[in-house]
Amino acid sequence: MSGAPPDERAAAVTRPGRWALTFVEVLLRMTWIETKLLIREPVTLVFSFAFPVLVLVLLGGIFGGQHMDGGSYDGLKMMDWYVPSYIGLVVASIGTVSLPVHLSAYREAGVLRRFRASGMSEWALLGSQFLVGVGTCLVGALAISVLGIFVYGVVVPVSIGGVAVAFVVAVFAFSALGVLIASLSPTARAAQGVGLLIWFIMMFISGTSAPLSDLPAWMLALGKALPLYHVVISLVDPWNGFGSSLLQLTIVGGIGVATSLMAAALFQWE
Amino acid sequence: MANVMARRADLRDLDGREAVITASHVQKSYRGFTALRDATFAVARGEIFGLLGPNGAGKTTTVECLQGLRRPDGGAIAVLGLDPARHSRELRRRIGCQLQESALPEHIRVWEALELFASLTPGGRDWRDVMAEWGLADKSRAAFHSLSGGQRQRLFVALAVVNGPEVVFLDEMTTGLDPAARRVAWALIREIRERGTTVVLVTHFMEEAERLCDRIAVMDRGKVVALDSPRGLIVSHAAGVRVVFTTDVADLAFLEGVRHVEAVRREGPRVVVEGRGAVLAHVAAALVAQGIAPADLHVETPTLEDVFLSLTGHVMAE
Repeated sequence: MSGAPPDERAAAVTRPGRWALTFVEVLLRMTWIETKLLIREPVTLVFSFAFPVLVLVLLGGIFGGQHMDGGSYDGLKMMDWYVPSYIGLVVASIGTVSLPVHLSAYREAGVLRRFRASGMSEWALLGSQFLVGVGTCLVGALAISVLGIFVYGVVVPVSIGGVAVAFVVAVFAFSALGVLIASLSPTARAAQGVGLLIWFIMMFISGTSAPLSDLPAWMLALGKALPLYHVVISLVDPWNGFGSSLLQLTIVGGIGVATSLMAAALFQWE
Repeated sequence: MANVMARRADLRDLDGREAVITASHVQKSYRGFTALRDATFAVARGEIFGLLGPNGAGKTTTVECLQGLRRPDGGAIAVLGLDPARHSRELRRRIGCQLQESALPEHIRVWEALELFASLTPGGRDWRDVMAEWGLADKSRAAFHSLSGGQRQRLFVALAVVNGPEVVFLDEMTTGLDPAARRVAWALIREIRERGTTVVLVTHFMEEAERLCDRIAVMDRGKVVALDSPRGLIVSHAAGVRVVFTTDVADLAFLEGVRHVEAVRREGPRVVVEGRGAVLAHVAAALVAQGIAPADLHVETPTLEDVFLSLTGHVMAE
């Protein structure tokens, strides 16, 4: 019944090179399958893209020609602020809502149990979630950028490299947060509740709805305690030619590392 | 020391056949609750081995320890010569499993699932052959959620054997299936064995264990309480004969004095006479002598149900 004698097979799977190759193959295959599954079930995509794009259109209608008034970004065109910051909002929505709901639903249905028992590694599973997250966020970021640049005349990113670095760090941090939320939530519903709550709060106090300069001090302080504020600054700055903010990148990266460690320790297959 | 004990267990039970699994005195507790007190048994290559017992008897915990999904608190386990707790990754490539309460993503297609699971185990079989073998070729592009119960069963079996495993664990495979689908699943289980794979079957269905298994470990309250072939279990633990008939006659005290009769129980009009040896002939003669000639007089042969009752003192409630 076996393809090769057991001894040969055991040797084949324990050879280190073969191991690494298998890991990469499983990771890529899983990523490709997850991508197809996402396209087959478009509800997640609608939430992740349509919502920020719609709100951006509404904000564009309200603040279209206005400039920032007061604060350290005084005089900046409002839409030059909102367009890059909404890339951060898309990343946040995928990390705090889509990813944890998806993983928790898998756990609830016994999909993770099934994967684990067949020898899928935790890193291949979570790695595929991260890669799919990067892809989804990238499509969202492109949609928002195109809309901003062509419809609202937003400036073309001054430092595309700086924006790209901030984007990758943001996806890393929010993916880790997503896995952490999934680890702490017993069900998909719980994950959705917790994720949406965090996401909504961040949305209102991180400069992605009311301008930061209009927020009362305590709200601003709370915003600074959550990752989206720092993601927004780290995206807005290089986009508008203010250089990359090392402080914000370090904070987001640090949140990512800390959350990853916690998520890895708490991750539950069942 | 533990290894020596494990070897002894297999020598005693297997009459020199090769053991693919040995478990001796395996124990496991969860937060103060003892799920497994003592699981001791050995599984021979090529057999269908049953773990039978009510819910909560420790069956699933046992197979999870065997698969390396849980680490036992005590005792020794060897599966294909490996310690599952230490070599779970290596082991998972040589075993297959169908788990209780597991699923696949709703929209994954049959071929995608097979290809993915095959890629987890390099050096296994060509998943296309496995797909054809288990009658799934024409469902290749169907999504998991669109499959019927029987097709899902076949897909789960195919996924369990796609790595060409030497041992397959099937945990409550037929729970929740209607009788027709259950019969189809039984045929699948026999087929897995006919293809040369050892099967460990976890079930709480007496009939399933009796029909399918070569040998059965009966579990109750975290312990293996008996281990033998279905026939052997019945012979040694439920040897009694039961003669059953119905009658309106109220006073049957005379039956107690009939030769070979040990007990007479009455459930409404239904009378159960228990005894040993030639009970039927003597009871029949005694009844006729009293002018009672029940048309439905018959012998009930003992089943695993009776074995379980005699071993544990309680019936196996669902």
